[in-house]
Amino acid sequence: MFTLARSCARLIYFTLSEMGRMGIFLATSLLQIVVPPLQVTQLLRRIDFIGARSLLLIIFTGAFTGMVVAFQGYTALRRFGGEAFLGPGVGLSLIRELGPVLSALMITGRAGSALTAELGIMRITEQIDALEVMALNPIRYLVVPILVATLITFPLLNAVFVVVGIYGGYLVGVELLGVSAGSYFSQMSSAVTSADVWGGLYKSLSFGLIVAWVCCFKGFYAARGAEGVSHATTQAVVMCSVLILVWDYFLTSIL
Amino acid sequence: MIQFRNLHKSFGTQRVLAGMNLEIPERSIFVVIGRSGAGKSCLLKLLIGLLHPEAGEIQVNGVDVCSLRGRTLNDMRSRFGMLFQGGALFDSLSVYDNVAFPLREKTRFSESTIRRKVHERLAQVGLSGIDEKFPAELSGGMRKRVALARALVSEPEILLFDEPTTGLDPIRVNAIHQLIRDLHKKLRFTAIIVSHEIPEIFSIATHVAMLHDGTIIATGTADEIQASPNPVIQQFIHGRSEGPIEAN
Ligand SMILES: Nc1ncnc2c1ncn2[C@@H]1O[C@H](COP(=O)(O)OP(=O)(O)OP(=O)(O)O)[C@@H](O)[C@H]1O
Ligand SMILES: [Mg+2]
Repeated sequence: MFTLARSCARLIYFTLSEMGRMGIFLATSLLQIVVPPLQVTQLLRRIDFIGARSLLLIIFTGAFTGMVVAFQGYTALRRFGGEAFLGPGVGLSLIRELGPVLSALMITGRAGSALTAELGIMRITEQIDALEVMALNPIRYLVVPILVATLITFPLLNAVFVVVGIYGGYLVGVELLGVSAGSYFSQMSSAVTSADVWGGLYKSLSFGLIVAWVCCFKGFYAARGAEGVSHATTQAVVMCSVLILVWDYFLTSIL
Repeated sequence: MIQFRNLHKSFGTQRVLAGMNLEIPERSIFVVIGRSGAGKSCLLKLLIGLLHPEAGEIQVNGVDVCSLRGRTLNDMRSRFGMLFQGGALFDSLSVYDNVAFPLREKTRFSESTIRRKVHERLAQVGLSGIDEKFPAELSGGMRKRVALARALVSEPEILLFDEPTTGLDPIRVNAIHQLIRDLHKKLRFTAIIVSHEIPEIFSIATHVAMLHDGTIIATGTADEIQASPNPVIQQFIHGRSEGPIEAN
């Protein structure tokens, strides 16, 4: 009984101190964004890695997501004769929900885990210490370019995901299942408002922040050799995914 | 002048430094010897502020470095150069960019001056013509020498070398020692060298100290240390397995 209480207390203490450290890490990173000069080469390298090289994956998953949504939507809508609303159904679900969330989850798996591993290896091989010894701020050098790169790439990849998804839905809904092309697009464009588009944009921006924050934090403070790095990578991916979904619910309920 | 006063450092229950005292005169080549795991690397990391002691202070020209934070700490660190035991080269940068890194980030030299300085240092450590290679493509000893070139390139006032020659062949060991001595004559830096190259390192040391059981058990010139009657020192520098220190 006593040991149980004690381990609970320790867990709570650990969780709270970890949250505190994460908060401080985020605040420091955000502050360092405005400290010039921005590491342009690093930034471009990160944009290439997180953005450009995720493009194919995003196109692929976007297309199939759109196609599945169209299929499911068609089956459901046909039961009460609402096939004409397939366009708005596909468009709204992609723009408001599936685009931001799925693209963020895909990028976490592809790029977030790699970023954690990279920073973790830099930590355990003392490269981060070497930066500190050179009187350079490792957060400004390593974390800020990643943070800025996710803020730039997430909305763009989200947009690609949505556009490709809508065309995927078009392929299935119109070309395969026979919904009229005119109603697919015209219903969609009258149903989707700019608020929906902005909502999706805010979501993907905040997911970008979450991914950079969690993945960098876990890698930056990795310890205990190769095992520590693999542990940090797993934790980063799990934590990002959970946070993305929880934060998504929260945003959906207020936006 | 660098002074360590009553320094204590532990990791969990393991005590690494227990009331260590040491004075390092300016412009000396100060060699620290001691067994593997004695805490020599910790000593350097404490000095540069990567680790924090539980008690005691480290003064560099009268300023306690352990209490420095932020900008003042960075100003202090700008006067130091460090060669890490593992090299700590940036794997995403080529050899050339690694060595040029401190100059590009901390000075306003033109790219042509930087190129000249980098090539000079790389030639001095015997590594011309590998500019475009990445750290992962080098041998352990080559990596060590690139790291040495990086530590030397910005010509700091105080240089910390954590085992600069470990993993090198005997000819290179002497060449690196010679290089450190020549550069010391020219640049007049203070060097703190952690080394296991006994007795080769004694030829360049102006001072030697031995770290054992969390404290400095002796300091002096190389000759004084070699002539020391202390059985611990005698056993250590002659590498005998019998004596007051247990071999394992
Ligand atoms: N980050 C750390 N966490 C826990 N213990 C550590 C840490 N760093 C060092 N130690 C411990 O401190 C002791 C001293 O380590 P240090 O690296 O200073 O040894 P050293 O004298 O440099 O040895 P070597 O000659 O093998 O490099 C070791 O016993 C090590 O286990
Ligand atoms: Mg060491």
